[in-house]
Amino acid sequence: MNRFIILLLIICSVLPVFAADFWLTQILSRSIILGVMALSLTFLTAYLGVVSFAQVTLAGIAGYTIAYFSANTAGIGAELPWVFAVLLALFFSTIAGALVGLIARQSVGIYSIMITLAISMAFFYFTRQNYSVFNGWTGFSGISAPSVMGLDLGAPVVFYYVCLFTGALATLFVVKFSSSPLGLSIQGVRDAARRVRAIGIPTSPVIVSAYAFSGLIAGMAGILNVWHQERVSSFSVGLGPTIDVLIISVIGGMRHPLGAFIGAITYVMIDTFAIDLISRDRFNTVIGLVLLLIVIAAPEGILGILKSVKERIKKIVLN
Amino acid sequence: MISNFKKILAASVIAATFIANPVFAAEKVKIGVISILEGAFAALGKDGIRGAELAFIETGNKAAGKDVEIIVMSSDASPDSAVNAARKLIEKDKVDIIIGPLSGSEGIALRDLSKGYQGVTFINGSSAAQDTTFRDGSDNFFRFGGDGAQWMAGVGTYSYEKLGYKKVAVVAEDYSFPYTQVLGFMSEYCKAGGRVPNKFWTPIGTKDYSSIVYAIPDDVDAIFVALGGADAVNFLTQYNQAGGNKPIIGGTITIDQSILDSKGPFKKLLVGTPAGTPTVSDFEGKEWKEFSASYAKSFPDGLSAPSIFAHHYYMAGKAALLGLEKVNGDLSNNQKAFRAVLEKLEFVTPTGGTMRLDENRNGIIDSFVTEVFEREDGTFGNRVLKVIRNVNQTMGHDAAKFKALGPVSRDNPSCP
Repeated sequence: MNRFIILLLIICSVLPVFAADFWLTQILSRSIILGVMALSLTFLTAYLGVVSFAQVTLAGIAGYTIAYFSANTAGIGAELPWVFAVLLALFFSTIAGALVGLIARQSVGIYSIMITLAISMAFFYFTRQNYSVFNGWTGFSGISAPSVMGLDLGAPVVFYYVCLFTGALATLFVVKFSSSPLGLSIQGVRDAARRVRAIGIPTSPVIVSAYAFSGLIAGMAGILNVWHQERVSSFSVGLGPTIDVLIISVIGGMRHPLGAFIGAITYVMIDTFAIDLISRDRFNTVIGLVLLLIVIAAPEGILGILKSVKERIKKIVLN
Repeated sequence: MISNFKKILAASVIAATFIANPVFAAEKVKIGVISILEGAFAALGKDGIRGAELAFIETGNKAAGKDVEIIVMSSDASPDSAVNAARKLIEKDKVDIIIGPLSGSEGIALRDLSKGYQGVTFINGSSAAQDTTFRDGSDNFFRFGGDGAQWMAGVGTYSYEKLGYKKVAVVAEDYSFPYTQVLGFMSEYCKAGGRVPNKFWTPIGTKDYSSIVYAIPDDVDAIFVALGGADAVNFLTQYNQAGGNKPIIGGTITIDQSILDSKGPFKKLLVGTPAGTPTVSDFEGKEWKEFSASYAKSFPDGLSAPSIFAHHYYMAGKAALLGLEKVNGDLSNNQKAFRAVLEKLEFVTPTGGTMRLDENRNGIIDSFVTEVFEREDGTFGNRVLKVIRNVNQTMGHDAAKFKALGPVSRDNPSCP
């Protein structure tokens, strides 16, 4: 698997030579951003065994922080050097993640879904009605990615590399974190919470830290998302994006961090091009059918399909 | 062996994907249309597309001898989705002109986006937030139509002078379009001498209005309601059930035909209700009858009459075509000549007025004051009380003073 990831990274890093700007920004960068957001969910699902609907909220908190502390057209907030804005954004999304974890620490299964969904909807309506910090319905616009030493991070090629780097970093974080002592206790809590308590490890801090970590990952995506869209509003944290992230995680596969990115690129391609393939009255039907087909044919997502194909090829080659 | 196979597979997938975008040599003008084709607004958004298509059907899909290709994208009423749709049209489909979007916050988002794409001209569909053109406008963003304030022209004066309402409470949804509508109503109404002691802002999609119904003070003469669709039905039903009997004044999308066709005793309350709108579907004007007939002929499966969205997308499409004719299809030099022509363009609208732009590239429009009446067969309709021609964005106020009032919000304007 490691050789595969390195190969993938090499391919991804030479793509700007071939790809037009549209492919870089609207397809690849957007996929990576959504992928990182989904990664924060698949991390929780794979290692802690809960489904959280609050990941878009956590990303949104980071996004709103960036918007508030950058130049924008809403006339709200204070401009800070971008490094501080980014650090603050990550700090807030991590803290918010921990808070969500604190509230949801006792619940699993459908109850964790209910609680996190309630949190995300509360945040959504709050942003929509609060004008002093979130600028209500309209939100913030006119936010651009910063320039670092004369290099405009918003330029298509540069921004793509920023996304690629962040995506790789987030994946590395998840892989390393999950094999750290804390990561192992998280998996322990997933498998047998009672036994973990029995050997003297309290479970609550472990669960809260898993949520906080997922908040950090979601925050990374949230920052990139604001730079990419150049705006953030109540729509960015609504039910629509929340469900999109869930769909991406499911169709990609939750077993491996890569699944989130595979799911994201699949989703973005369908979302962008379905309207060109079929009459515009029915394109949502196509999106729905394709997603349904993936879920039915591959319960473990596209990643699962790839694995079984790989095993079959191995068998043929060995024979 | 396995890894070789993978490499070849990966390489061919990439090659197949990216050897795309063949260069077009043909003389063709590409026009992208953005409308809402998903979710609650889908039926309305589809009618917008019909309007834009109608303009092109009338010229046989040609402008200045060149073929016109139309590419449609959908948004979902969120600014983010409108921006994504526009970027796809510009960067992938390489369109020259974009027509759209439908709703207010989308319009502001595309206005901001347009500043980064000088090679593309944006012509607004039906979005009607004031700030899209009035503050911080963009040189390549045009609106051949009005904003939500212009659409209320005449209603404030009519309510105060003809109906004698001295004090009015406002119930409206809490976002940019209703803010603009309230501004349009209040700027006239307060100037005439009326007072607005209370404004109630409700989140869009509110189901239970009881707290507002009981908070409306007894000493107001009427209620100005700027709610849309199901929100309007819910509020009016609950107000009626609670025994409320104040007369209603309607916003542009409050008293549309679908509400008048819905069931419920609250409709009795609505007889005589004035409202402001740029589009009256059964308007008796000659140009409107022609437009309506042409619409019915081209779209047998369309609505019974063109909606406000078809009307506005039609004007946008028509402006694009007339502009292209005038410059002979020349879009070179970042469309400089085309834009200069658009700024000076004048044409007769389906409502019989002359469409032209002000210095902010915003339309000077016709607007109607309408009234709900009960037909002989017991159904309800809107009839035109008054046509107001040449409504500009400052509603006849001095431009500098009007601007100095600041952006619309919950608390602006105010005359308690």
